[in-house]
Amino acid sequence: MIRLFANANYDFIKWRRWAYGLTATIIIPGLILLAVKGLNYSIEFTGGTMLQVETKQAVSTGELRAALDRAGIQGADIETFGADTAYLIRARVGAAATTPSGGTEETATAVRQALTARFGSDTTQFRIVRTEAVGPKVGKELQGKAFLAIFFSFVVTLIYLAIRFEWRFGLAAVLATFHDILTTIAFIRYTNLEVSLVVVGAVLTMVGYSLNDTIIIFDRVRENLRKFRRQNLYEILNLSINETLPRSILTHGTTMAATLALVIFGGEVIRPFALVMTFAIFTGTFSSIYIAAPVLLYIEKRWPGQDARGARAFSGRAPVVNAPSVPPAPTPSGGGRSKAAV
Amino acid sequence: MSTIRGRIIIIALLLLGSVWKLLPTHVTQRVPDQLTGRMKDTSVRRVPINLGLDLQGGIHLALEVDQSKGPVADCADAILRAERVVRTRVDEFGTTEPVVQVVGQCRLVVELAGEKDPTRAKQIVMQTAFLEFRITDMKNQFRDALPAIDAALRQAGVKAPAGAPVSAVSQLFGQDTTKKGAAKDTTPDANAPGALSALLFQGQLPGEFLVPEEQVARAESLLARPEVQGTLPRGLELRWGTASEVRNARAYRALYAVENRAIITGEELTKASARRDQLNNHSVVVFDLSRRGSRKFCEETGRHVHDYMAIILDSRVQGQPPIINDQICGTGQIDLQSKPLTEAQDLALVLRAGALPAPLQIVEERTIGPSLGQDSIHDGIRAGVVGVVLVILIMVIYYRLSGVLAVSALSLYVLMTLAGLSMFGFTLTLPGLAGLVLSVGIAVDANVLIFERIREELQHGKTVRLAVDEGFKHAMSAIIDSNVSTALTAFILYLVGTGPVQGFAITLIIGIAASMVTAIFVVRTFYFIWLRRRPDMQTLSV
Repeated sequence: MIRLFANANYDFIKWRRWAYGLTATIIIPGLILLAVKGLNYSIEFTGGTMLQVETKQAVSTGELRAALDRAGIQGADIETFGADTAYLIRARVGAAATTPSGGTEETATAVRQALTARFGSDTTQFRIVRTEAVGPKVGKELQGKAFLAIFFSFVVTLIYLAIRFEWRFGLAAVLATFHDILTTIAFIRYTNLEVSLVVVGAVLTMVGYSLNDTIIIFDRVRENLRKFRRQNLYEILNLSINETLPRSILTHGTTMAATLALVIFGGEVIRPFALVMTFAIFTGTFSSIYIAAPVLLYIEKRWPGQDARGARAFSGRAPVVNAPSVPPAPTPSGGGRSKAAV
Repeated sequence: MSTIRGRIIIIALLLLGSVWKLLPTHVTQRVPDQLTGRMKDTSVRRVPINLGLDLQGGIHLALEVDQSKGPVADCADAILRAERVVRTRVDEFGTTEPVVQVVGQCRLVVELAGEKDPTRAKQIVMQTAFLEFRITDMKNQFRDALPAIDAALRQAGVKAPAGAPVSAVSQLFGQDTTKKGAAKDTTPDANAPGALSALLFQGQLPGEFLVPEEQVARAESLLARPEVQGTLPRGLELRWGTASEVRNARAYRALYAVENRAIITGEELTKASARRDQLNNHSVVVFDLSRRGSRKFCEETGRHVHDYMAIILDSRVQGQPPIINDQICGTGQIDLQSKPLTEAQDLALVLRAGALPAPLQIVEERTIGPSLGQDSIHDGIRAGVVGVVLVILIMVIYYRLSGVLAVSALSLYVLMTLAGLSMFGFTLTLPGLAGLVLSVGIAVDANVLIFERIREELQHGKTVRLAVDEGFKHAMSAIIDSNVSTALTAFILYLVGTGPVQGFAITLIIGIAASMVTAIFVVRTFYFIWLRRRPDMQTLSV
């Protein structure tokens, strides 16, 4: 029988300040970069025109650009898409790339004509496999909707957790999820992934996945709070994280198998989604342990009270050394078990 | 033991139901009839899962009322009427399952799956198709008014381009020189070239003018000026022709002065069909008129024998206006000259379906070629197979026999998710396919939670039977809470998202429901059977 991390007894909470530092070094430069450069929004959000072109022979972006320049379409983004025979041509609303009339439809038609002029109308030589033209109004609407979706998912989660656990658990879970959104945005900024509707979908799925993970640990915390009434929250959090560790490893392993398969084999169109989800597994796991649990500890310190279901007040003052049911395995982190709250 | 039998029956029903839902069935599809070129219903045998546009290729259009040429008071009403017209058109133009629906207040969404010719489909959907017949300016009122128009423009400070001919209306063909002098006489400042008339050349018919192609934009902007609109003779309007014609190696666009009153409009059409004229090999659209329309048409054409009648479609004069030789009643035809027959067929189609209440503009367009859709399906399935195989390996190696139970429940899970998509008529999109692959990874989570719990209980020294019971019992709250919160997020995604994202959310929600059923109910039943066959089991393969 293979058992990973069975009876683990690591003092996770002790390392929380290091963890804060680590995540801050990821988030803060990411957010500064975000403020300076903004996100690489897809034309769904900015409005604009996108064409995916496949050619039979490899052509350079320079050749494509020359063909478009000749037709008077300047400043379009041209990039390869997986292979050097597949290209994405993008022209955003407001950029210089649009045709004089400015309409996204007209731009699509103009690009099509420019390419036909360059390659001829023979569909074996080149073909346009995908066209998207989004007016600026629709783009604005979608932007609003995306933020609305993230906001509502927060509110609904908070309410659900408040009902099922207690408001303090809900707040801690939502803060952890908020942290995940920040790191994911930083990740998207670092990798310069294009933010499309599908990527926003991935961020929302990430929210669900990360919450899921947090809830599994909180569920164990809730149970242990009732079981070990004499231990303080610091120990109970550590105990709960350690007890759910094998499950975390296994579930994240299988999910990672699925997302990596999508990254490698799923094709260009779905790759951004799969990349965000792969990152989500790391940040979701990290935040469940190092954000949600310590935040719960902090909240309890600030607003002590009855825990979920009134099992008991969990603001233990002096930690009980040698708590009865804690597995007596050695603590690899140096046995800092006597430290109380934050 | 009856509980076990009951559970097995339920599982068998779920399995059979899912398989039955996914068996290829006869699905009604509209396909073009080779003989008539029209669409007809046929039944096709295929797996009844709707594929999204991103998987089978097609066009997604979001349309709004075009308010750029004059505001439309009630856009909601206009869109509702447009929806009916567009639906009639695409039903006949036909793709397998056209979607035409009003979204929000004033937006119309049209989805044509599997369509290979986006330009043509757009034309069918977008064309206003407002048809009218008008008599041209037989008394040359417009030409006579040109000097006044030029004067008005001059007063407004518009200069004719340098080097323009002095005459009011230049004669392209050298005929009809008499009017030239007359026009000159009435011009107050005869030596200055007229701003507008310098651009116009007299055509062959009364009321027909030709404008050099490169001057069309300038002429258009001049004609739009209020000075010109104010001095136009009463009862006359100007309409451009459709195509440019080449004369003496120069391209000209025709401009027609026509009466502002239509003899009849497309509303009176009852039938329209396309055919090829045997004599001159032109494509023509032949139409029939309603009884009221034909009475009116008879009367009007009777009064205008030997006049020229402009056929105007969406403010463009189609071809050269034909002469009315005799009273025309009942039927008529529109000559499209050397244009391809498909164009005539499309025109006949939109005329049959009727005109749009207001012009539409595209606010969003997505076109996905069928080859890209094929590639996406191929890549998605490949990723899915690799992902599932990896998950199976992890589960079986780590949990051994219990892992095998979970994996067999997993196959039921995939079947149930697909059957759920089919049953509720939801559409499988590319993100949906990704969601399905992802959910296979997540679906085992419930089993992992249960198995880990059973391991813990066994470690605490409980018997196998008790450990299994306790494991399921204690894992339940975590499974429910985590799944419900994920489902809530997915539900919000569905409410707020559009198109492909909704497809993803749906797949995720169905997947969550199916994974809870399989992980809790099905695996539990497997354990029941296993423990009953081996009641004295001391160690559990978990």
